[in-house]
Amino acid sequence: MALEIIESCVNCWACEPLCPSKAIFEAKPHFLIDANKCTECAGDFEDPQCATICPIEGAILNENGIPLNPPGSLTGIPLQKLAA
Amino acid sequence: MQLPVINNPVAEAPSGGCSAGSCGSTDDQMGHLPEHIREKVFNHPCYSEEAHHYFARMHVAVAPACNIQCNYCNRKYDCANESRPGVVSELHHPVQAVKKVLAVAATIPQMTVLGIAGPGDPLANPQRTFETFRMLSEQAPDIKLCVSTNGLSLPDNIDELSKYNIDHVTITINCVDPDVGAQIYPWIFWKNKRIKGREGAAILIERQQKGLEMLVAKGILVKVNSVLIPGVNDKHLAEVSRIVKAKGAFLHNVMPLISEAAHGTYYGLTGQRGPTNEELQALQDECSGDMNMMRHCRQCRADAVGLLGEDRGSEFTMDKIEAMDINYPEAMKMRAEVHAAINEELESKRIAKESKVQLVSIQGLKPKVAKTRPVLMAIATKGGGVINEHFGHAGEFLIYEASSAGVRFIGHRKTTPYCEGGDTCGDGESALDVTLRVLAGCEAVLCSKVGYEPWGPLEAAGIQPNGEHAMEPIEDAIVAVYEEMRVAGKLAMKKVELQKVA
Repeated sequence: MALEIIESCVNCWACEPLCPSKAIFEAKPHFLIDANKCTECAGDFEDPQCATICPIEGAILNENGIPLNPPGSLTGIPLQKLAA
Repeated sequence: MQLPVINNPVAEAPSGGCSAGSCGSTDDQMGHLPEHIREKVFNHPCYSEEAHHYFARMHVAVAPACNIQCNYCNRKYDCANESRPGVVSELHHPVQAVKKVLAVAATIPQMTVLGIAGPGDPLANPQRTFETFRMLSEQAPDIKLCVSTNGLSLPDNIDELSKYNIDHVTITINCVDPDVGAQIYPWIFWKNKRIKGREGAAILIERQQKGLEMLVAKGILVKVNSVLIPGVNDKHLAEVSRIVKAKGAFLHNVMPLISEAAHGTYYGLTGQRGPTNEELQALQDECSGDMNMMRHCRQCRADAVGLLGEDRGSEFTMDKIEAMDINYPEAMKMRAEVHAAINEELESKRIAKESKVQLVSIQGLKPKVAKTRPVLMAIATKGGGVINEHFGHAGEFLIYEASSAGVRFIGHRKTTPYCEGGDTCGDGESALDVTLRVLAGCEAVLCSKVGYEPWGPLEAAGIQPNGEHAMEPIEDAIVAVYEEMRVAGKLAMKKVELQKVA
């Protein structure tokens, strides 16, 4: 049970201080989550904190590789406009 | 010359308790401010219309995280070629940022102000922001510190802010009505949850207002920024202006929405347009009845360096700074001399201005001529309050309105320089088209020089090119040109008639 940060991460640092397990660390080319430490915030918060503040749709995946913030879910930009 | 006689009472005035450089001038936006506020802002380029011709500012990009989303912002912010808030090229750790500030302050002694404005929200990165402020207040006590915020975390940070003598805070307040806010802010991060829509906007508004009240109670100066979004908050901003003034904000800055599809923002991609120059001016005029409006804002990048309207950031990249050897205590002495010289110049201009006013009032010279119609004029300047830029090199024009009531600053308009200098102008033709469009509504453009080629198209567009006032103070030149127009009988006519004649 662990989340994953992928390459669309913009390195904004918003998630890093929020992680209750100190699982998020700065790396090149983008931040990473230590899968051994990540608890998906179970027991600490209702929602996984990194995915709750992350402004980039699709940058954080769950253990099945599905984005916690799918395209359009944060900005409200219609999908056909995003693709263009 | 009668001026020395007129000058005498003025020269005695400072002994009456008025500090130099900050009293008297009534025709700029600082005029109505209480003395203690004017003293704080007279050399701040972002707050004083006059100061922005002389003093420079810089931003350091230490604050990447944000706790809200705005529909005019795209968080994929890295871009070197754009000038707009939220955009930076190089993110800095506090230690790097301080190094950069010292290097810039030593190289550009006119730099008086350091701001942290992003690229996210400075108060959503409190450790990095306050670490930078702490080091700077120790190492460079001659630099003013300021910070911009969306306000969500503001009430939690007031004590910390007052610790580092940050006496200027800018809050971006686009609305006081959650229904309007829901169209601007898709979500906020609040108490470990992402809160969307109206509910999030309501919390943000409440926190902004609370933060404003707390800052004012602490005696910290507050400027309010608002982004004018046609069809969303354009009808609402006059009310925002009234409320923030009532709560004690000292300046309200209404800025135009920047929205292009290429920026990838919600507004850009969904076709939300920005306001026209005329719409912006109309709203600023509407709000100015309620409070002091700021019209010279350049909507700087979060890593801007230099005078407003210029960006020298590329001279101070981290690798260049590492190679510089800065002795800041030595630099501080030189900076103090430069600041004293600028203050002296400002003071002598102020005295000269007052003398003119007194000359008129003493001799009882009231203009006998009938009221003349107002005229917009565009000015090309590199700073210093004088006309000193070639038409073809100007990346922006300052717009002034001349009328029988006097000369007032309206704002600035950006363009692509008609000719970047050198022998070849490339696609200068289309750049001229841009400038002609940008200068729409102006009847004269005053610059140090205008080339032969743009002369004809400018005249044809009803904009008289004028290179006769090079190196003259802007307002004096405008008065002279306006007077020429009056004598030539151009001011009694309506503008449409004038164009028909032309």
